[in-house]
Parts: sequence; structure tokens; C-alpha cells
Amino acid sequence: MRRKVIFGNKLLPYLLLAPQLIVTAIFFFWPAAEAIRYSFLRQDAFGISVMFVGLENFQDLFADERYLQVIWNTIWFSFWVTVLSMGVALLLAVLADRHIRGRNTYRTLLIWPYAIAPAIAAVLYIFLFHPSLGLLGRALNGFGVPWDYRLNGDQAMLVVILAAAWKQVSYNFLFFLAGLQSIPKSVLEAAAIDGASPSRRFWTVIFPLLSPTTFFLLVINITSAVFDTFGIIDALTGGGPGNATQTMIYRAYVDGRVNLDLGSSAAQSVVLMIAVMALTLVQFRFIERRVHY
Amino acid sequence: MQRRSLLAGSAGLLSVPFIAPSARAQTGAGGRVEIQFWYGLAGALGERVAEQAQRFNESQDRYRVVATFRGSYPEVMSGAIAAWRAGTAPHIAQVFEVGTATMMSAGPAIRPVYELLGEAGIELDPQRYLAGVRGYYSDTQGRMISMPHNSSSAVMWLNLDAFERAGLSTTDLPKTWAEVRTAAQALRARGGTEMAMTTAWPTWVMYEQMSSLHDVALASPANGFQGLDARMNLADPIFLKQTEMLLEMQRAGHFTYGGRDGGGGAAFPAGQAAISFNSSAGRAAVQREARFRWASVVLPHHADITNSPKNGVIGGASLWALTSRNRTAAEYRGVAEFYRFISDVEQDKWWHQVTGYVPLTLAAYEASKAEGFYERNPGADAAITQLSRAQPTPNSQGFRLGGFVEIRNIIQEELERGFQNQQNAQTALANANRRADVVLRNFERANRR
Repeated sequence: MRRKVIFGNKLLPYLLLAPQLIVTAIFFFWPAAEAIRYSFLRQDAFGISVMFVGLENFQDLFADERYLQVIWNTIWFSFWVTVLSMGVALLLAVLADRHIRGRNTYRTLLIWPYAIAPAIAAVLYIFLFHPSLGLLGRALNGFGVPWDYRLNGDQAMLVVILAAAWKQVSYNFLFFLAGLQSIPKSVLEAAAIDGASPSRRFWTVIFPLLSPTTFFLLVINITSAVFDTFGIIDALTGGGPGNATQTMIYRAYVDGRVNLDLGSSAAQSVVLMIAVMALTLVQFRFIERRVHY
Repeated sequence: MQRRSLLAGSAGLLSVPFIAPSARAQTGAGGRVEIQFWYGLAGALGERVAEQAQRFNESQDRYRVVATFRGSYPEVMSGAIAAWRAGTAPHIAQVFEVGTATMMSAGPAIRPVYELLGEAGIELDPQRYLAGVRGYYSDTQGRMISMPHNSSSAVMWLNLDAFERAGLSTTDLPKTWAEVRTAAQALRARGGTEMAMTTAWPTWVMYEQMSSLHDVALASPANGFQGLDARMNLADPIFLKQTEMLLEMQRAGHFTYGGRDGGGGAAFPAGQAAISFNSSAGRAAVQREARFRWASVVLPHHADITNSPKNGVIGGASLWALTSRNRTAAEYRGVAEFYRFISDVEQDKWWHQVTGYVPLTLAAYEASKAEGFYERNPGADAAITQLSRAQPTPNSQGFRLGGFVEIRNIIQEELERGFQNQQNAQTALANANRRADVVLRNFERANRR
């Protein structure tokens, strides 16, 4: 039997929804609509002369081989950040879920990195990897490995991936741990009695039962790797060397805010908007089918 | 047009727009007219700017300059532009020299210095200001558009202890690039520092300054001073020579790339680099941190190209008066009074001596010299010498290129590809030239009226 709440007044539900709708409209739909409008315009920094250029901003963008490089950077970066941060988090969560001494302490400590601001995380990684200031950077050069992420694009990419993934591990760890704890002990015990080895129990029982958590984290991680890693990249490499660590969101920032080319920046935002919509659609249409709730 | 403007700054970011606090003037306590002044200098230099405003406020009782730190130079500029679009622009914005062309093209948004002073009835002879500084911020008719504020030039910093260890003279210091290369070789072998040579501001030092010193346009005609139609001139042999030299030195381990913009600046005061190139305004940091004997001298030149190098160009920032609806004559008057105050010999001398920036006026330079300031602080006049040693030519008066921030980055990016052995000097310059020309053409299109 379901209880239905009936509002006597037809206006009341709208009124109750209004704050949320207003916030969404002002802070989400309006800027998005403005970005779309700007993407068809070309203007000077002050907006004194504005001219309609149709799709020219988009044409320029895709005719620019460096933008194609930036798209590839974004895919490569997001893929590795997601794989690394989820893989490591799952491993840590499985380990911390065992009956070990002081596991509450481990759990608490593992959550700390999430509370660190991206810029600070980047500074920590500078102190680790900078060729002349960093602990590891100096050691690597000392062992004869030519390490300088300011000049080597692949090394720069490695550092930003590590920093971004490290930052994301805590969040994933928290969800995986909660997921693991919600798996009924009886299922695991039944599998154990049937003679399944620990690794078999993990892959055939635990992992499938974790799939809703994994799917949720996959969506969140890809989105955050694409959109939320600006601070780390800005503080660590500034998109360089060359364009080696420039991602789509970073390029949109540089063109709009530093180079004051609002038209191109808006066009890039629209491309990102379409990309994220497509990505979410794919995830929910194809991957979610394989998730067991 | 004004309504959409709140979002202007962040439209491209799809992020939550920030709401800039209103910079509209109010008449504060005591009937003073408030003048909002946004600046972009952090740390010790930022404190000096705040002190400068304080000194002005104490000098009279009609105006109050409220100086606010608004982030880095690019942040101040984009913030001020977004604020102007929202109708809440500050009265004065400190804009770095590479933003000059963008600001000059913003006709209705800015109030030129000569106009402000004229309306206020204040006489300030442009000839009082250092030529290299004045030229950068004047229009083609020689009228000052923005107010010189903090100007520096690039100089060469030398670790004399390392020079001694390497068996080099500490009095007869390198003057040409050939001498610098020889020194770097010796320093690499026996100098005892981690790097023989590095640089901060790669584009500014290695391309802009060299263009000016050797009287070759970076973009022709006249580095953009004659209009928006200038084209990059990176194909000139001087730039090829310069780039090949850097790449060769890097391969031989005589030069270490320290990163974009100011990134390479920290190595010299820390004693890690024996030779460095940086703004003369880095003097305070060197004085505070260096645990070795050092010298700052004028930049080297290529002796096979010229034996009488021209003046160098400035870096730093100038002050721009911005317009706004409801802005009163009294407020503009206050801005003009502030300009007059900082151009005053005593104030200018103070500013020059505590910051390490070059003085705005010749009089402040003479006064400092008369006081023996340069004898007590040898090398403090290297930048002034470099800025005023020749009559500026059309190629050495400065740069007025649209999208110059982007152009600087393009040159840095292509140089980085060269350092990674992905391309040779010629290709790097050809790529930089082509990409920078696109920026110039886009700017021309967006600003043609």
C-alpha cells in the first residue's frame, strides 16, 4: 500500500520546487545558454565590437591540429587517472576491510588526501618530482635517469596523472569500503564452504556485487578527471611542455581567461558539453546494463 | 549589453560565475572620494604598492585610494575587463606591458592619461619620463595613454664566486653572447653550481630584448605601433642565431631551461645557477637570499651583428584609468592627482629605491645618483643604463601586439619542443611565426572598427 501525498493547492508544489529550479536556471542553464551564444560570436576582450561568425569558431578549432592533440591528451589523461585511482582504491579497500589491528586508523588516514586542495596537492608533487627541488626528481637524476618533467612531455603527463589519481583515491576508497561492508557475510561464507579460493571469491562474488559502486565511481571519476583536474594541471605544468599536458578544460580556460578569446573558449565549452552528454549517455545505455543492483 | 557581462569572465568555463565586489566609488567617511585601484603584485612588492597608496592618502584629504591585490597580472587584467563589462570597473587597473595593445584598442573603456590630466588642469611634461618607459605607453602622436608605474628591464645576473672557481675574471664580465658561451663552458666544468646558465621569462629575455638590442623588429612594421596589421618577423637571422645558440648550449649541458615565465627565476638566488637572466626587479630577492657575491650587468649582444646595441625594452606594468557609468569628474580628478603624486620626484625616488624598479622620471634617477645610491648598490643602474643608452628606434621602442600573452606562450611552447629534440631551431621559429600570425590576424579582425 503506497501513501500518496496530495497537495490541496496547485501552486504549492511549484513553490516548494522553486528555489531549486531558480538555482539550476541561474547557475546552470543561463551560463550554458550564454556559452552557446558566445560560441557563434567573435568579439574583442571588452565586448565593444561583437560580430556574428556562425560556425567559424568551431571550424577554426577543429582545423587546429593542436586542439586534436588536446582532445587526445584529455582521453589519455582521464583513462589513466580513472584506472589508477579506482584500481588502487579497490585494492586498499579490500585490504582495509580485513580484520587487521588498527584498521580504523588506516581508514581515516586513507581519506586524508581528499581534503587537500588541488593546488596544495600539486605543490606536494612538485616537492617530489621537481628535477632540482624534488626528492624523487633529484634521486632519479642522481641514478642517471634524465628526469625533467618541465621539458619532457611524457614525464609531465605521468606526473599530472599520478597527482590527479592520488587525489581521487580517497574518494573511491570510501565508496568501495562502504560497498564491501554492505556485502552480506553469509554469501561469502557460503562460497568459502563450497571451497572457492580467496581470489575466486573476490572475482565471482565480491566484484559483481560491487558493480553498482564501481559503475557509480566510473561515471564520477571520468567526469572529475575531465573537468575537475584544472587546479593540479595549472599548478604543476601549466599545460606544458609544448601542449603535452593541456586538456580540453585547461585550454578553454587559457583561451578565455588568459588570451581573452571568448568566442573560441565558448566554442570549446560547447564541445565539452556535448562530449559529456555523449559520455553519460553511453555509460548509462551500455555499461549500466551489465550492473547488478 | 551590460546584463550579460557578469558572466563574461567565466562564460568559457561553464563554472559558477563569481560576483565581483562592486568597485563603484562611494564617498567615504570624511567626504573623501574613493578611488579603487586593482594591482597584481604579490609579496614584498605588493606591500610597497599598498604603501604607495597609503602615502598618497596621507598627503591630502580629498581622495582616498583603496589599493586591492587582485591576483596575478593576467587575473587583474581579465578581472578588470569582466568588471568593466559589468559596469563596475575599478578606477585604476595595473595592467602588465603585454596587455598594452588590448587596452589601447579598448577606446570607450579607457581614459588616456593626457586626457585625464588635461581635464584636471595638471601639467605633466611627457619629457620628464624615461624615454624607454614613456614610448611603450604612448600613442603614435607621442601622447601618454597609460601611466608608467612599475617598469623593469631584463639584466644578466652573475654568481661571482662561481666565476672565481671557474678561473674567470670577476671584474671583466661577459658583454657578448660569445663571451657568455665561453664562460658557461668554464662554469660547467669548474663553476661548482648545478647549472651553468638558465633564464626566467624566456620570450621576454631571449626574443623581445634581443630584437630591441639588435634593432630588428619582432613584428613588422614597427612592432605593431603603426596599426593592427603587423606580421611576425621571427624568420630574421637574429632569431635563428639566438634559438640555435640556446639549443646547442642546452645539448652541451651549458644551458638549463627553467620553465615558462618566471619559473627559472629561483635558481639564481638559491645559488644553483651561475648565470641567469631575469627582471631587474628581482634585485630584492637576490639581495635577501643570495649567499654569494653577485653582479647584475646589461644583457649580452651578438658582436657579429652589432657593436653598438640599442636600448632594451621594459617589462612590468602601467596604470590604466577605466571608465564606468556614473563615474564623476571628481573621481577622474582623483585618478589624475594620484598620477601626479607618483610622478613626484621624492615619491618616485622612494619607489625606485625600495622596489628595484627603474624610476619613472629622469629627475628621480639624477636624485638617486646624487645621493650615491648606485655606489652603495652597484648594478642597480644596469637596467636604467640599458633602457636609456640609445635613442629608441621603431624596432626598439617596445611592442604593441594584440594577443601578446598568447604569442609569448606560443614562442615558449615551440622552444620547449626544440629543447625536447622534436624540432630544430628553424622549424620552431617557423611554427611560432605561423601560429603567432594567426593570433595577430584574429586580434585584427576582432578589433577593427
